[in-house]
Amino acid sequence: MTLFLQQLINGLSLGAIYALIALGYTMVYGTLQLINFAHGEVYMMGAFAALYLARFLGVDTNPTIPGVIVVAVGAMTFCAVLGMTIERVAYRPLRRSSRLNMLITAIGVSLLLQNVGLLAFGALQSFPSLLPEAKWQIADGLALRSQDVLTFSVTIALMLGLHHIVERTQIGRAMRAVSHSRDTAALMGIPVDRVVSFTFAIGSVLAGAAALLIALDKHTIRPDMGMTGGLKAFVAAVLGGIGSIPGAVAGGLLLGLAETFVSGYLASTYRDAIAFLLLIGILLYKPSGLFGKSTVEKV
Amino acid sequence: MRVATVLLTTFLAACSGGAPETKEIVIGQYGSLTGGAATFGLSTKNGIEIATEEQNAAGGIAGVPIRMVLEDDASKPEEAATTVSKLLSRDRPVAILGEVASSSSLAAAPLAQAAGVPMISPSSTSPKVTQVGDYIFRVCFIDPFQGTAAAQFAYNTKGVRTVAVLTDVKSDYSVGLAQYFKETFVSLGGTIIAEEAYSANDIDFKAQLTNIVSKNPDAIFVPGYYTETGLIARDARGGGYKGILLGGDGWDSEQLVGIGQDAIIGGFYTNHYSVDDPSPVVQDFIKKYQAKYGTKPDGLAALGYDSAKILYQSMTEVAKNPAHAAAFADRSAVPATEGARKAARAALRDELARVKNFPGVTGTITIDKDRNAEKPAVVVEVTKDGPRFVESISPGGSTAPAPTGTEGAAPADGAAAPAVAPAEAAAPPVEAVPAAAK
Repeated sequence: MTLFLQQLINGLSLGAIYALIALGYTMVYGTLQLINFAHGEVYMMGAFAALYLARFLGVDTNPTIPGVIVVAVGAMTFCAVLGMTIERVAYRPLRRSSRLNMLITAIGVSLLLQNVGLLAFGALQSFPSLLPEAKWQIADGLALRSQDVLTFSVTIALMLGLHHIVERTQIGRAMRAVSHSRDTAALMGIPVDRVVSFTFAIGSVLAGAAALLIALDKHTIRPDMGMTGGLKAFVAAVLGGIGSIPGAVAGGLLLGLAETFVSGYLASTYRDAIAFLLLIGILLYKPSGLFGKSTVEKV
Repeated sequence: MRVATVLLTTFLAACSGGAPETKEIVIGQYGSLTGGAATFGLSTKNGIEIATEEQNAAGGIAGVPIRMVLEDDASKPEEAATTVSKLLSRDRPVAILGEVASSSSLAAAPLAQAAGVPMISPSSTSPKVTQVGDYIFRVCFIDPFQGTAAAQFAYNTKGVRTVAVLTDVKSDYSVGLAQYFKETFVSLGGTIIAEEAYSANDIDFKAQLTNIVSKNPDAIFVPGYYTETGLIARDARGGGYKGILLGGDGWDSEQLVGIGQDAIIGGFYTNHYSVDDPSPVVQDFIKKYQAKYGTKPDGLAALGYDSAKILYQSMTEVAKNPAHAAAFADRSAVPATEGARKAARAALRDELARVKNFPGVTGTITIDKDRNAEKPAVVVEVTKDGPRFVESISPGGSTAPAPTGTEGAAPADGAAAPAVAPAEAAAPPVEAVPAAAK
């Protein structure tokens, strides 16, 4: 039982990170029907932005709570600006061309950022401990680490905040309108460009938060971290029903739990194979994902 | 970007075509200068660079200077193959040095074999690498021996009876080393109580380690590379594991402690050489390396140095034949001279196969009939100040151990250990190695 609970904690903290990144994929897909492959690289850049900001402010050697908050806000702002810039420079000029063009561009931006990261930051850097780390031994073989609590609670808080923005604010209503129909929204006087820009900003902020959380937990950041992290999060978004915000959260947690329990109870050798088989099974049963709306293609 | 490359290539081609030919001997080198195993490639490059400078200072090969052409494979096996075919077709090297990771060497070796260009891997330990063909050599020991050494150390020296193995399923090296470790450990009488796996580039290992820790083995054997190993150590200690962490030469990086921090301190791994070795060959190399790069060389730098040294020694031997010497320096694309070049490379191959008792930094190297190096392994302990020598295990199975049952590096008696003599309290304090800045 303790083993089960421990694996549950492991799975939830892993899944929370997937969920945060998945939200960025799903929001952009919701508004532009674009799979933004550069999203994983925004996440990676967020981690390095946090590292350099911490070094610049001296927070890495002398960590204080306000200092860490400044680093977090700074990194998330950097991600927001980066996300909006990518949209402005790489995607907006192509918005009226075929969807495939944008997709290829997204892959290009992803490779560009990854290789720039490799040149600028080197292969790997260690991330300082900015927050005190504690571990609570609940029972024999069952421990809760402060990093897991932090990851999970920050994820929940950000999701509630996102839910509030999307459902209760003017800009959120505009985002929903654009995702229903861009042209109709434009006719109704909604500034589509601004809304799309805002969507990228919000998704990137969440990626920045995920990056900081993972950096604080693993203390190692790499220019290729966006590749694996981004791929898993993309799968989580599809699993939950791409375009659906609760779907991304559910998909992320489900993928994290699936990976952990396959490793824990079946065989870690076949972790990815079994976890993805499970996902294929779910998609066969519900092709549009757990929370996806099946839509009829207009002809 | 592409336009710039094309222009540059055209420009270079124009230069080499127009200017009078400067005589030089080209050696190709490929390695992981970026990516997940970057310190492997960078250390190897540094070691090879020192050997090349020494050789050129001494007049190169029969008076012709050596030019090293270096290519980065970004730690990816598929890139390694592309890189080596580029080297072979563009630079027409006399020989090729590389790679560290066995998966990368395995991807590139068939190309070198097919082209009839001798390739020396400084540090790929998977037995499969030299099985590719008779032009593929290495100057390090192979995993069956390394696995045996690690198992002997665990069972005999540390008294370990139960082990969990955590393998990187994507790596030929890791899978092979795990298998040889298990075979020896079980035949000695130990038990493998858990086998778990991960994939390179994973960052979360808690699921596997929760399982392992719940079985509480005496030791966890992690035959992986330093990036993942550091994180694994963190998750192991974070999960409350108190036993021994044990690994292979994939741990050998100055970044290991940076990633694993306190969790990895006190872990043991098998390696190719120890900086504590007082033999003049080793200390001389360490001094040169430190003067040039400011850090202590790791095992990969030492193997890089040895691989280049052995290559240059063999080339010098072959170049005593003037026809071969001319063929080495001939880089023209005229098909008529290809036969002579091929013959020179074949002579080099034969010469490499004859290397015997070469006094390398990583021990006395003899190339056996399978083109592998016979030499002892050392076990080192991870400390804050860098790896510390624990014991030396030679291929015959004899060990030059620290007294059993005590922790710490007591002196080895030295008699049975040709490569590594005792490290002791008297050893000079090791300076803190700064984190890789490049």
